[in-house]
Amino acid sequence: MTADQTTAVTSLTADAIESALTEFLAEKIKAPVETGQDLFASGLVSSMFAMQLVVHLESTYDIAIIGPELKLDNFRTVAAMTGLVLRLRDAGDADDPGDDATA
Amino acid sequence: MEADLSPHRLAIIGGGVMGTNIAALALGHGVPVVLVDVSDAALASARTTIREKLRHAQLMGSLPTGRRPGELVTSLSLGDAKDATTVVEAVTELPETKAKVLAEVSAAVRPGTTLISNTSCIPIDEMATSVARPDELVGVHFMNPAYLITMVEVIRGPRTSDATMESVTGLLAALGRQSLVVRDSPGFVINRLLHPLINVAATVVDEGVCSAEVVDGLLEGCLGHATGPLRTADLIGLDNLVDSLNVLYERTGDASCLPCAGLLDKVRAGHLGRKTGQGFYDYRKVAS
Repeated sequence: MTADQTTAVTSLTADAIESALTEFLAEKIKAPVETGQDLFASGLVSSMFAMQLVVHLESTYDIAIIGPELKLDNFRTVAAMTGLVLRLRDAGDADDPGDDATA
Repeated sequence: MEADLSPHRLAIIGGGVMGTNIAALALGHGVPVVLVDVSDAALASARTTIREKLRHAQLMGSLPTGRRPGELVTSLSLGDAKDATTVVEAVTELPETKAKVLAEVSAAVRPGTTLISNTSCIPIDEMATSVARPDELVGVHFMNPAYLITMVEVIRGPRTSDATMESVTGLLAALGRQSLVVRDSPGFVINRLLHPLINVAATVVDEGVCSAEVVDGLLEGCLGHATGPLRTADLIGLDNLVDSLNVLYERTGDASCLPCAGLLDKVRAGHLGRKTGQGFYDYRKVAS
């Protein structure tokens, strides 16, 4: 895979995650949400729902949000959540020995 | 290996909403907890809930950094509370249940062990008649979620000793809580005010004046409540709310504390609020 292809795949994935998250949030909080909108500052999301977002991302994208990544700033915007998912999925891929043909 | 630096060892009786809240608060502040409940299933469920609540506390940045979490032990025996420095009673809001548990606990622990009741409404002195040493009993009304709300209401019964007040103040400081002390009376201050408010809010919805969303929206938007009365009710648990309203009504005669029909209907239907996924709101569908 070339660098361009990698970027394209990542970009597509980010778009897909953002789109799915925006749809999920709009359905749950009954209001349209912008990608960069601070969900907590705007009062759209409560501290109780923040935890539901954690569980939703973990189950939807097969990631574990633990340690220093489990902080509110990672859930403040759709963009931040998308970044978190991509980061953890990349880390998961790197840890997967199946990806390393020389192992 | 890091030594256990906490001078406090907590035993919590009851692994329901508040028992697991208080356990998460204590563990997150490095205080070891023995949690006692009546069945393996209840203890297994409480362990899962406590894990989730500790994650929620971390997410919200409400735990001290650099402190090793306390160890959680679960048990079916009240006897395992015997080495605790403080025991917190957090069982169902039924006077006879609380009296029985407190009597057994006070017989199991050493003199000098602080006994806290997390009762919503039952006067502390009423329960003090059931314990071996009434001076060791004090009320601490933790809020829900206990690990996010720093203020607690402390109730000093007429027989609560200075030593017990000192002990509970030390524990609350170790748990990062602030407290305000009130005298003993049914519902104390918070629930004497809050529970009739919730009951009337539910009545207004029953009467078709407006929806739950509108009641909450008005109290949030106009009066600055963090969560409206009916979202708060769902968080408390509607079964507990009805039990508490009955306790209040029986002791004050205040008709605004007689649980309204809509509230009783929801409890009969098993719609107990957030813990069952449905109450005044449907948590399977909306974020509230």
